[in-house]
Amino acid sequence: MLTLILISLAKVVAILLVIILPLATLLTWVERKQSAVMQDRLGANRADILGLRVWGLFNIIADGIKSFSKEDWVPPFANRFLFNIAPFVGLFAAMVTFAVIPFGPPIHIAGQEIALQVADLNVGFLYILAFGSMGVYSVVLAGWSSNNKYAQLGAMRGISQMISYEVVLGLALVGVVLVHGSVRLPDIVAGQGEHWFGWIPKWGVFTQPLAFLLFLPAAIAETKRVPFDIPEGESEIIGYNLEYSGAKFALFLLGEFIEIVVLSALLATLFFGGWQVPWLADSGFVFGNGATVEMAPLVVTVLRIASFLLKVVFFCWLQLLIRWTLPRFRFDHLLRLGWREMLPLALLNVVVTAFVMLS
Amino acid sequence: MQSMQGMQFAFGVVLMFMVMGLLIGIVALTLSSFIRPHNPTEQKLQIYECGEEPVGSPWMQFNNRFYTVALVFILFDVEVVFLFPWAVIFNDFIKQGLGAFIFAEMAVFVGILALGLVYAWAKGDLEWVRTRRFMKPAAARKGGVA
Repeated sequence: MLTLILISLAKVVAILLVIILPLATLLTWVERKQSAVMQDRLGANRADILGLRVWGLFNIIADGIKSFSKEDWVPPFANRFLFNIAPFVGLFAAMVTFAVIPFGPPIHIAGQEIALQVADLNVGFLYILAFGSMGVYSVVLAGWSSNNKYAQLGAMRGISQMISYEVVLGLALVGVVLVHGSVRLPDIVAGQGEHWFGWIPKWGVFTQPLAFLLFLPAAIAETKRVPFDIPEGESEIIGYNLEYSGAKFALFLLGEFIEIVVLSALLATLFFGGWQVPWLADSGFVFGNGATVEMAPLVVTVLRIASFLLKVVFFCWLQLLIRWTLPRFRFDHLLRLGWREMLPLALLNVVVTAFVMLS
Repeated sequence: MQSMQGMQFAFGVVLMFMVMGLLIGIVALTLSSFIRPHNPTEQKLQIYECGEEPVGSPWMQFNNRFYTVALVFILFDVEVVFLFPWAVIFNDFIKQGLGAFIFAEMAVFVGILALGLVYAWAKGDLEWVRTRRFMKPAAARKGGVA
Protein backbone atom coordinates (compact mmCIF):
# COMPACT_ATOMS: atom_id res chain seq x y z
CA MET A 1 0.00 0.00 0.00
CA LEU A 2 2.78 2.41 0.91
CA THR A 3 4.59 1.78 -2.37
CA LEU A 4 1.33 2.44 -4.22
CA ILE A 5 0.92 5.77 -2.47
CA LEU A 6 4.55 6.71 -3.12
CA ILE A 7 4.22 5.80 -6.81
CA SER A 8 1.05 7.88 -7.09
CA LEU A 9 2.73 10.82 -5.39
CA ALA A 10 5.66 10.54 -7.79
CA LYS A 11 3.24 10.54 -10.74
CA VAL A 12 1.38 13.60 -9.42
CA VAL A 13 4.60 15.54 -8.96
CA ALA A 14 5.96 14.38 -12.31
CA ILE A 15 2.83 15.45 -14.21
CA LEU A 16 2.69 18.84 -12.52
CA LEU A 17 6.37 19.71 -12.57
CA VAL A 18 7.53 17.92 -15.72
CA ILE A 19 4.62 18.25 -18.14
CA ILE A 20 2.08 20.92 -17.16
CA LEU A 21 4.06 23.75 -15.59
CA PRO A 22 7.14 23.70 -17.88
CA LEU A 23 4.96 23.44 -20.99
CA ALA A 24 2.69 26.25 -19.82
CA THR A 25 5.55 28.59 -18.92
CA LEU A 26 7.44 27.74 -22.09
CA LEU A 27 4.28 28.56 -24.04
CA THR A 28 4.31 32.15 -22.75
CA TRP A 29 7.65 32.56 -24.48
CA VAL A 30 6.74 30.52 -27.56
CA GLU A 31 3.62 32.63 -28.02
CA ARG A 32 5.63 35.85 -28.08
CA LYS A 33 8.14 34.37 -30.49
CA GLN A 34 5.47 32.81 -32.69
CA SER A 35 3.55 36.07 -32.97
CA ALA A 36 6.79 37.88 -33.75
CA VAL A 37 7.63 35.44 -36.53
CA MET A 38 4.15 35.78 -37.98
CA GLN A 39 4.30 39.57 -37.86
CA ASP A 40 7.86 39.76 -39.20
CA ARG A 41 9.52 41.18 -36.11
CA LEU A 42 11.99 39.95 -33.52
CA GLY A 43 9.87 39.38 -30.42
CA ALA A 44 11.20 38.79 -26.93
CA ASN A 45 15.00 39.03 -27.06
CA ARG A 46 16.10 41.58 -24.48
CA ALA A 47 16.58 39.58 -21.29
CA ASP A 48 20.12 38.31 -20.90
CA ILE A 49 22.18 36.68 -18.18
CA LEU A 50 25.89 37.58 -18.41
CA GLY A 51 25.48 38.55 -22.02
CA LEU A 52 23.83 35.24 -22.86
CA ARG A 53 20.49 35.70 -24.59
CA VAL A 54 19.35 32.28 -25.87
CA TRP A 55 16.70 33.85 -28.16
CA GLY A 56 15.13 35.65 -25.23
CA LEU A 57 14.41 32.47 -23.31
CA PHE A 58 15.31 34.27 -20.08
CA ASN A 59 12.32 36.51 -20.66
CA ILE A 60 10.28 33.80 -18.92
CA ILE A 61 12.29 34.32 -15.74
CA ALA A 62 12.13 38.09 -16.08
CA ASP A 63 8.35 37.97 -16.56
CA GLY A 64 7.98 35.78 -13.50
CA ILE A 65 10.09 38.02 -11.28
CA LYS A 66 8.26 41.08 -12.53
CA SER A 67 4.76 39.82 -11.91
CA PHE A 68 5.62 38.45 -8.49
CA SER A 69 7.26 41.66 -7.28
CA LYS A 70 4.30 43.83 -8.30
CA GLU A 71 1.91 45.21 -5.75
CA ASP A 72 -1.01 42.89 -5.11
CA TRP A 73 -3.84 45.33 -5.12
CA VAL A 74 -7.23 44.30 -3.80
CA PRO A 75 -9.79 46.97 -4.62
CA PRO A 76 -11.53 48.33 -1.49
CA PHE A 77 -14.85 48.20 -3.32
CA ALA A 78 -14.49 44.51 -4.18
CA ASN A 79 -15.83 41.45 -2.41
CA ARG A 80 -12.51 40.45 -0.88
CA PHE A 81 -13.06 36.73 -0.41
CA LEU A 82 -14.47 36.01 -3.86
CA PHE A 83 -11.93 38.34 -5.45
CA ASN A 84 -9.10 36.35 -3.87
CA ILE A 85 -10.31 32.86 -4.73
CA ALA A 86 -11.28 33.55 -8.37
CA PRO A 87 -7.79 33.07 -9.90
CA PHE A 88 -7.34 29.88 -7.89
CA VAL A 89 -10.56 28.44 -9.24
CA GLY A 90 -9.41 29.03 -12.80
CA LEU A 91 -5.97 27.54 -12.27
CA PHE A 92 -7.42 24.61 -10.33
CA ALA A 93 -10.08 23.75 -12.90
CA ALA A 94 -7.55 23.78 -15.72
CA MET A 95 -4.90 21.79 -13.94
CA VAL A 96 -7.01 19.10 -12.30
CA THR A 97 -8.40 17.89 -15.64
CA PHE A 98 -5.00 16.44 -16.47
CA ALA A 99 -5.32 13.83 -13.70
CA VAL A 100 -7.22 11.32 -15.86
CA ILE A 101 -5.27 11.67 -19.11
CA PRO A 102 -3.09 8.63 -19.84
CA PHE A 103 0.30 9.75 -21.13
CA GLY A 104 1.79 6.34 -21.82
CA PRO A 105 1.06 2.59 -21.85
CA PRO A 106 1.15 0.69 -18.53
CA ILE A 107 4.74 -0.21 -17.65
CA HIS A 108 6.02 -3.12 -15.58
CA ILE A 109 8.64 -2.50 -12.94
CA ALA A 110 9.62 -5.20 -10.44
CA GLY A 111 6.54 -7.26 -11.16
CA GLN A 112 4.17 -4.35 -10.59
CA GLU A 113 2.04 -2.83 -13.29
CA ILE A 114 2.14 0.93 -13.19
CA ALA A 115 -0.36 2.87 -15.29
CA LEU A 116 1.16 6.02 -16.76
CA GLN A 117 -1.80 8.08 -15.68
CA VAL A 118 -2.34 9.90 -12.42
CA ALA A 119 -5.69 8.28 -11.63
CA ASP A 120 -7.47 5.64 -13.65
CA LEU A 121 -11.05 6.73 -13.02
CA ASN A 122 -13.79 4.70 -14.71
CA VAL A 123 -15.74 7.93 -15.13
CA GLY A 124 -12.84 9.77 -16.76
CA PHE A 125 -15.02 11.54 -19.31
CA LEU A 126 -17.53 12.88 -16.81
CA TYR A 127 -14.65 14.03 -14.64
CA ILE A 128 -13.19 16.02 -17.53
CA LEU A 129 -16.55 17.60 -18.37
CA ALA A 130 -17.23 18.41 -14.72
CA PHE A 131 -13.94 20.16 -14.11
CA GLY A 132 -13.83 21.67 -17.57
CA SER A 133 -17.07 23.47 -16.82
CA MET A 134 -15.73 24.71 -13.49
CA GLY A 135 -13.65 27.23 -15.42
CA VAL A 136 -16.75 29.37 -15.85
CA TYR A 137 -16.87 30.01 -12.09
CA SER A 138 -13.50 31.69 -12.23
CA VAL A 139 -14.89 34.15 -14.79
CA VAL A 140 -18.10 34.76 -12.85
CA LEU A 141 -16.39 35.25 -9.51
CA ALA A 142 -13.69 37.52 -10.92
CA GLY A 143 -16.12 39.68 -12.85
CA TRP A 144 -18.77 39.91 -10.18
CA SER A 145 -16.50 40.51 -7.19
CA SER A 146 -14.47 43.21 -8.94
CA ASN A 147 -17.42 45.58 -8.75
CA ASN A 148 -16.43 47.24 -12.00
CA LYS A 149 -18.49 47.87 -15.12
CA TYR A 150 -16.01 46.44 -17.59
CA ALA A 151 -15.37 43.39 -15.45
CA GLN A 152 -19.12 42.79 -15.15
CA LEU A 153 -19.59 43.05 -18.89
CA GLY A 154 -16.68 40.73 -19.54
CA ALA A 155 -18.04 38.20 -17.07
CA MET A 156 -21.52 38.26 -18.63
CA ARG A 157 -20.08 37.69 -22.07
CA GLY A 158 -17.76 35.03 -20.72
CA ILE A 159 -20.57 33.06 -19.08
CA SER A 160 -22.73 33.20 -22.19
CA GLN A 161 -19.91 32.08 -24.45
CA MET A 162 -18.59 29.32 -22.22
CA ILE A 163 -21.94 27.71 -21.49
CA SER A 164 -22.98 27.90 -25.15
CA TYR A 165 -19.92 26.05 -26.32
CA GLU A 166 -19.92 23.64 -23.41
CA VAL A 167 -23.08 22.06 -24.83
CA VAL A 168 -21.42 21.53 -28.21
CA LEU A 169 -18.33 20.16 -26.47
CA GLY A 170 -20.36 17.63 -24.53
CA LEU A 171 -22.42 16.52 -27.51
CA ALA A 172 -19.30 16.08 -29.68
CA LEU A 173 -17.86 13.81 -26.99
CA VAL A 174 -21.02 11.68 -26.92
CA GLY A 175 -20.08 10.51 -30.43
CA VAL A 176 -16.63 9.45 -29.22
CA VAL A 177 -18.13 7.54 -26.30
CA LEU A 178 -20.57 5.83 -28.68
CA VAL A 179 -17.74 4.51 -30.83
CA HIS A 180 -15.74 3.12 -27.92
CA GLY A 181 -18.58 2.17 -25.57
CA SER A 182 -16.67 3.40 -22.55
CA VAL A 183 -16.05 6.58 -20.58
CA ARG A 184 -12.70 5.32 -19.33
CA LEU A 185 -9.85 7.06 -21.14
CA PRO A 186 -7.40 4.10 -21.29
CA ASP A 187 -10.15 2.08 -23.04
CA ILE A 188 -10.58 4.85 -25.58
CA VAL A 189 -6.84 5.04 -26.25
CA ALA A 190 -6.60 1.25 -26.55
CA GLY A 191 -9.50 1.25 -29.02
CA GLN A 192 -7.59 3.65 -31.22
CA GLY A 193 -4.65 1.25 -31.51
CA GLU A 194 -6.42 -0.89 -34.11
CA HIS A 195 -6.22 -0.41 -37.87
CA TRP A 196 -8.46 -0.65 -40.89
CA PHE A 197 -6.95 -2.87 -43.60
CA GLY A 198 -3.79 -2.91 -41.50
CA TRP A 199 -2.90 0.59 -42.62
CA ILE A 200 -5.31 3.30 -41.50
CA PRO A 201 -5.24 3.76 -37.71
CA LYS A 202 -8.68 3.87 -36.07
CA TRP A 203 -7.98 7.29 -34.59
CA GLY A 204 -10.89 9.39 -33.39
CA VAL A 205 -10.27 11.91 -36.14
CA PHE A 206 -11.09 9.19 -38.69
CA THR A 207 -13.94 7.49 -36.81
CA GLN A 208 -15.49 10.78 -35.69
CA PRO A 209 -14.33 13.49 -38.11
CA LEU A 210 -17.33 15.76 -37.49
CA ALA A 211 -16.94 15.45 -33.72
CA PHE A 212 -13.33 16.56 -34.09
CA LEU A 213 -14.27 19.55 -36.21
CA LEU A 214 -16.86 20.57 -33.60
CA PHE A 215 -14.67 19.83 -30.60
CA LEU A 216 -11.71 21.95 -31.68
CA PRO A 217 -13.48 25.34 -32.00
CA ALA A 218 -15.72 24.63 -29.00
CA ALA A 219 -12.70 23.85 -26.87
CA ILE A 220 -10.87 26.96 -28.04
CA ALA A 221 -13.98 28.94 -27.08
CA GLU A 222 -13.72 27.42 -23.61
CA THR A 223 -10.16 28.71 -23.28
CA LYS A 224 -11.41 32.22 -24.14
CA ARG A 225 -8.61 32.93 -26.60
CA VAL A 226 -8.71 34.63 -29.98
CA PRO A 227 -10.92 34.26 -32.05
CA PHE A 228 -13.20 33.65 -29.06
CA ASP A 229 -11.71 36.29 -26.76
CA ILE A 230 -14.84 38.39 -26.40
CA PRO A 231 -14.85 38.10 -22.57
CA GLU A 232 -11.40 39.70 -22.56
CA GLY A 233 -11.43 41.79 -25.71
CA GLU A 234 -8.29 43.74 -24.83
CA SER A 235 -9.10 46.58 -27.19
CA GLU A 236 -12.69 47.27 -26.10
CA ILE A 237 -13.49 46.09 -22.58
CA ILE A 238 -10.48 44.90 -20.71
CA GLY A 239 -12.24 41.86 -19.43
CA TYR A 240 -13.32 40.08 -16.31
CA ASN A 241 -9.81 40.15 -14.80
CA LEU A 242 -9.23 43.86 -15.20
CA GLU A 243 -8.96 44.77 -11.51
CA TYR A 244 -6.34 42.09 -10.91
CA SER A 245 -2.68 42.87 -10.60
CA GLY A 246 0.65 41.24 -9.86
CA ALA A 247 0.75 37.61 -8.81
CA LYS A 248 -3.01 37.04 -9.09
CA PHE A 249 -3.09 38.28 -12.64
CA ALA A 250 -0.15 35.98 -13.35
CA LEU A 251 -2.21 33.10 -11.96
CA PHE A 252 -4.99 33.92 -14.41
CA LEU A 253 -2.52 33.87 -17.28
CA LEU A 254 -0.91 30.67 -16.05
CA GLY A 255 -4.37 29.10 -15.87
CA GLU A 256 -5.00 30.10 -19.46
CA PHE A 257 -1.78 28.54 -20.69
CA ILE A 258 -2.41 25.39 -18.67
CA GLU A 259 -5.80 25.20 -20.36
CA ILE A 260 -3.99 25.18 -23.71
CA VAL A 261 -1.79 22.29 -22.62
CA VAL A 262 -4.72 20.31 -21.20
CA LEU A 263 -6.80 20.91 -24.28
CA SER A 264 -3.95 19.71 -26.50
CA ALA A 265 -3.62 16.59 -24.37
CA LEU A 266 -7.36 15.99 -24.68
CA LEU A 267 -7.29 16.42 -28.45
CA ALA A 268 -4.37 14.00 -28.70
CA THR A 269 -6.08 11.45 -26.43
CA LEU A 270 -9.55 11.51 -27.92
CA PHE A 271 -8.89 12.13 -31.59
CA PHE A 272 -5.28 11.28 -32.32
CA GLY A 273 -4.71 7.99 -30.58
CA GLY A 274 -3.22 9.26 -27.31
CA TRP A 275 0.10 7.52 -26.84
CA GLN A 276 -0.47 5.17 -29.79
CA VAL A 277 1.99 5.24 -32.66
CA PRO A 278 0.51 4.06 -35.99
CA TRP A 279 1.38 0.40 -36.71
CA LEU A 280 3.32 0.07 -33.45
CA ALA A 281 2.19 -3.00 -31.50
CA ASP A 282 3.63 -4.21 -28.19
CA SER A 283 6.29 -6.26 -30.00
CA GLY A 284 7.35 -3.62 -32.54
CA PHE A 285 6.10 -2.26 -35.82
CA VAL A 286 3.55 -4.43 -37.67
CA PHE A 287 2.71 -3.06 -41.12
CA GLY A 288 -0.31 -3.80 -43.26
CA ASN A 289 1.65 -5.86 -45.78
CA GLY A 290 2.87 -8.22 -43.06
CA ALA A 291 6.31 -6.70 -42.63
CA THR A 292 7.40 -6.44 -39.01
CA VAL A 293 10.19 -4.69 -37.15
CA GLU A 294 11.03 -6.25 -33.80
CA MET A 295 11.69 -3.86 -30.95
CA ALA A 296 12.56 -4.12 -27.27
CA PRO A 297 9.62 -3.33 -24.94
CA LEU A 298 11.51 -0.41 -23.44
CA VAL A 299 11.99 1.21 -26.85
CA VAL A 300 8.30 0.74 -27.62
CA THR A 301 7.30 2.42 -24.35
CA VAL A 302 9.65 5.33 -24.89
CA LEU A 303 8.40 5.77 -28.46
CA ARG A 304 4.80 5.85 -27.23
CA ILE A 305 5.39 8.41 -24.49
CA ALA A 306 7.36 10.51 -26.98
CA SER A 307 4.52 10.30 -29.48
CA PHE A 308 2.05 11.56 -26.86
CA LEU A 309 4.27 14.50 -25.92
CA LEU A 310 4.88 15.29 -29.57
CA LYS A 311 1.13 15.39 -30.27
CA VAL A 312 0.56 17.65 -27.26
CA VAL A 313 3.28 20.05 -28.39
CA PHE A 314 1.90 20.04 -31.91
CA PHE A 315 -1.60 21.00 -30.77
CA CYS A 316 -0.24 23.70 -28.48
CA TRP A 317 1.53 25.14 -31.50
CA LEU A 318 -1.61 24.83 -33.64
CA GLN A 319 -3.58 26.82 -31.06
CA LEU A 320 -0.98 29.57 -31.04
CA LEU A 321 -1.13 29.64 -34.82
CA ILE A 322 -4.92 30.01 -34.74
CA ARG A 323 -4.71 32.68 -32.06
CA TRP A 324 -2.42 34.88 -34.17
CA THR A 325 -4.20 34.27 -37.47
CA LEU A 326 -7.89 34.92 -36.93
CA PRO A 327 -9.67 38.12 -35.92
CA ARG A 328 -12.12 38.29 -33.02
CA PHE A 329 -15.71 37.13 -33.52
CA ARG A 330 -18.57 39.52 -33.05
CA PHE A 331 -20.84 38.51 -30.20
CA ASP A 332 -23.93 37.83 -32.30
CA HIS A 333 -21.82 35.80 -34.74
CA LEU A 334 -20.44 33.83 -31.84
CA LEU A 335 -23.85 32.87 -30.50
CA ARG A 336 -25.16 32.08 -33.96
CA LEU A 337 -22.20 29.82 -34.67
CA GLY A 338 -22.65 28.04 -31.36
CA TRP A 339 -26.40 27.57 -31.20
CA ARG A 340 -27.57 27.59 -34.78
CA GLU A 341 -24.74 25.89 -36.62
CA MET A 342 -22.61 23.80 -34.30
CA LEU A 343 -25.35 22.52 -31.99
CA PRO A 344 -27.60 21.04 -34.74
CA LEU A 345 -24.51 19.52 -36.34
CA ALA A 346 -23.49 17.98 -33.02
CA LEU A 347 -26.98 16.50 -32.54
CA LEU A 348 -26.85 15.18 -36.08
CA ASN A 349 -23.45 13.65 -35.40
CA VAL A 350 -24.82 11.69 -32.44
CA VAL A 351 -27.81 10.38 -34.37
CA VAL A 352 -25.80 9.49 -37.48
CA THR A 353 -23.08 7.76 -35.46
CA ALA A 354 -25.67 5.68 -33.64
CA PHE A 355 -27.40 4.85 -36.91
CA VAL A 356 -24.16 3.75 -38.59
CA MET A 357 -23.29 1.56 -35.61
CA LEU A 358 -26.76 0.03 -35.73
CA SER A 359 -26.61 -0.93 -39.38
CA MET B 1 -13.00 -3.67 -14.32
CA GLN B 2 -11.52 -2.32 -11.15
CA SER B 3 -12.37 -3.23 -7.63
CA MET B 4 -14.28 -0.84 -5.40
CA GLN B 5 -11.18 -0.31 -3.29
CA GLY B 6 -9.07 0.47 -6.35
CA MET B 7 -11.62 3.07 -7.38
CA GLN B 8 -11.56 4.74 -3.98
CA PHE B 9 -7.78 4.80 -4.15
CA ALA B 10 -7.94 6.43 -7.59
CA PHE B 11 -10.18 9.17 -6.22
CA GLY B 12 -7.76 9.60 -3.36
CA VAL B 13 -4.99 10.19 -5.87
CA VAL B 14 -7.16 12.76 -7.62
CA LEU B 15 -7.60 14.52 -4.29
CA MET B 16 -3.82 14.48 -3.90
CA PHE B 17 -3.48 16.01 -7.35
CA MET B 18 -6.00 18.74 -6.46
CA VAL B 19 -4.18 19.61 -3.24
CA MET B 20 -0.85 19.82 -5.09
CA GLY B 21 -2.42 21.99 -7.77
CA LEU B 22 -3.80 24.39 -5.17
CA LEU B 23 -0.46 24.41 -3.34
CA ILE B 24 1.32 25.70 -6.45
CA GLY B 25 -0.91 28.77 -6.51
CA ILE B 26 -0.73 29.32 -2.75
CA VAL B 27 3.06 28.99 -2.65
CA ALA B 28 3.40 31.44 -5.54
CA LEU B 29 1.22 34.04 -3.80
CA THR B 30 2.96 33.56 -0.45
CA LEU B 31 6.40 33.97 -2.00
CA SER B 32 5.27 37.08 -3.77
CA SER B 33 3.87 38.55 -0.54
CA PHE B 34 7.41 38.75 0.87
CA ILE B 35 8.78 40.91 -1.92
CA ARG B 36 5.87 42.94 -3.24
CA PRO B 37 5.35 46.57 -2.15
CA HIS B 38 2.13 47.89 -0.65
CA ASN B 39 1.37 51.58 -0.99
CA PRO B 40 -2.21 52.40 -1.95
CA THR B 41 -2.85 55.95 -3.10
CA GLU B 42 -6.11 57.76 -3.67
CA GLN B 43 -5.93 57.38 -7.44
CA LYS B 44 -5.27 53.66 -7.20
CA LEU B 45 -8.25 53.14 -4.94
CA GLN B 46 -10.69 54.38 -7.55
CA ILE B 47 -12.66 52.07 -9.77
CA TYR B 48 -10.78 51.67 -13.04
CA GLU B 49 -12.60 53.23 -15.94
CA CYS B 50 -9.89 53.99 -18.50
CA GLY B 51 -8.55 56.88 -16.45
CA GLU B 52 -11.86 58.74 -16.30
CA GLU B 53 -13.78 59.56 -13.13
CA PRO B 54 -16.07 56.57 -12.57
CA VAL B 55 -19.67 57.31 -13.50
CA GLY B 56 -22.55 55.61 -11.75
CA SER B 57 -22.71 52.22 -10.12
CA PRO B 58 -21.24 49.09 -11.72
CA TRP B 59 -24.59 47.43 -11.07
CA MET B 60 -25.93 48.42 -14.44
CA GLN B 61 -28.63 46.77 -16.44
CA PHE B 62 -27.58 44.14 -18.87
CA ASN B 63 -29.23 42.53 -21.84
CA ASN B 64 -31.64 39.87 -20.61
CA ARG B 65 -30.81 37.79 -23.67
CA PHE B 66 -27.99 36.42 -21.53
CA TYR B 67 -30.69 34.88 -19.35
CA THR B 68 -32.39 33.15 -22.29
CA VAL B 69 -29.08 31.67 -23.39
CA ALA B 70 -28.58 30.30 -19.88
CA LEU B 71 -32.06 28.72 -19.96
CA VAL B 72 -31.45 26.98 -23.29
CA PHE B 73 -28.08 25.88 -21.96
CA ILE B 74 -29.65 24.08 -19.00
CA LEU B 75 -31.98 22.23 -21.36
CA PHE B 76 -29.14 20.89 -23.46
CA ASP B 77 -26.65 20.31 -20.69
CA VAL B 78 -29.14 18.01 -19.00
CA GLU B 79 -29.60 16.27 -22.35
CA VAL B 80 -25.86 15.64 -22.59
CA VAL B 81 -25.86 14.20 -19.07
CA PHE B 82 -28.57 11.72 -20.10
CA LEU B 83 -26.88 10.85 -23.38
CA PHE B 84 -23.61 9.71 -21.82
CA PRO B 85 -24.91 6.60 -20.04
CA TRP B 86 -26.93 5.75 -23.13
CA ALA B 87 -23.81 5.98 -25.31
CA VAL B 88 -21.86 3.68 -23.01
CA ILE B 89 -24.39 0.83 -23.13
CA PHE B 90 -25.45 1.28 -26.75
CA ASN B 91 -23.01 -1.37 -28.00
CA ASP B 92 -24.18 -3.93 -25.45
CA PHE B 93 -27.77 -3.49 -26.58
CA ILE B 94 -26.79 -3.97 -30.23
CA LYS B 95 -25.10 -7.25 -29.28
CA GLN B 96 -28.30 -8.41 -27.59
CA GLY B 97 -30.27 -7.56 -30.73
CA LEU B 98 -32.08 -4.65 -29.05
CA GLY B 99 -30.24 -2.01 -31.06
CA ALA B 100 -33.25 -0.69 -32.96
CA PHE B 101 -35.24 -0.33 -29.71
CA ILE B 102 -32.60 1.70 -27.86
CA PHE B 103 -31.90 3.77 -30.97
CA ALA B 104 -35.57 4.70 -31.23
CA GLU B 105 -35.66 5.59 -27.53
CA MET B 106 -32.79 7.99 -28.00
CA ALA B 107 -34.21 9.38 -31.24
CA VAL B 108 -37.45 10.28 -29.42
CA PHE B 109 -35.53 11.88 -26.56
CA VAL B 110 -33.24 13.92 -28.83
CA GLY B 111 -36.23 14.75 -31.06
CA ILE B 112 -38.21 16.27 -28.18
CA LEU B 113 -35.23 18.37 -27.17
CA ALA B 114 -34.58 19.36 -30.77
CA LEU B 115 -38.17 20.65 -30.77
CA GLY B 116 -37.16 22.92 -27.91
CA LEU B 117 -34.29 24.21 -30.01
CA VAL B 118 -36.59 24.77 -32.97
CA TYR B 119 -39.01 26.67 -30.71
CA ALA B 120 -36.27 28.93 -29.34
CA TRP B 121 -35.00 29.42 -32.89
CA ALA B 122 -38.45 30.34 -34.24
CA LYS B 123 -39.04 32.74 -31.35
CA GLY B 124 -35.79 34.47 -32.32
CA ASP B 125 -34.08 33.72 -29.01
CA LEU B 126 -30.99 32.41 -30.75
CA GLU B 127 -30.58 35.73 -32.49
CA TRP B 128 -28.60 38.33 -30.61
CA VAL B 129 -29.83 41.28 -32.64
CA ARG B 130 -33.57 40.80 -32.84
CA THR B 131 -35.44 42.12 -35.81
CA ARG B 132 -38.50 44.25 -35.19
CA ARG B 133 -40.75 41.33 -36.14
CA PHE B 134 -39.95 39.62 -32.83
CA MET B 135 -40.38 42.68 -30.68
CA LYS B 136 -43.76 44.16 -31.53
CA PRO B 137 -45.65 42.33 -34.24
CA ALA B 138 -48.44 44.92 -34.50
CA ALA B 139 -46.19 47.93 -34.81
CA ALA B 140 -43.99 46.24 -37.34
CA ARG B 141 -46.93 45.37 -39.57
CA LYS B 142 -48.07 48.95 -39.66
CA GLY B 143 -44.56 49.97 -40.51
CA GLY B 144 -44.32 52.03 -37.30
CA VAL B 145 -41.27 52.31 -35.12
CA ALA B 146 -41.38 49.89 -32.19
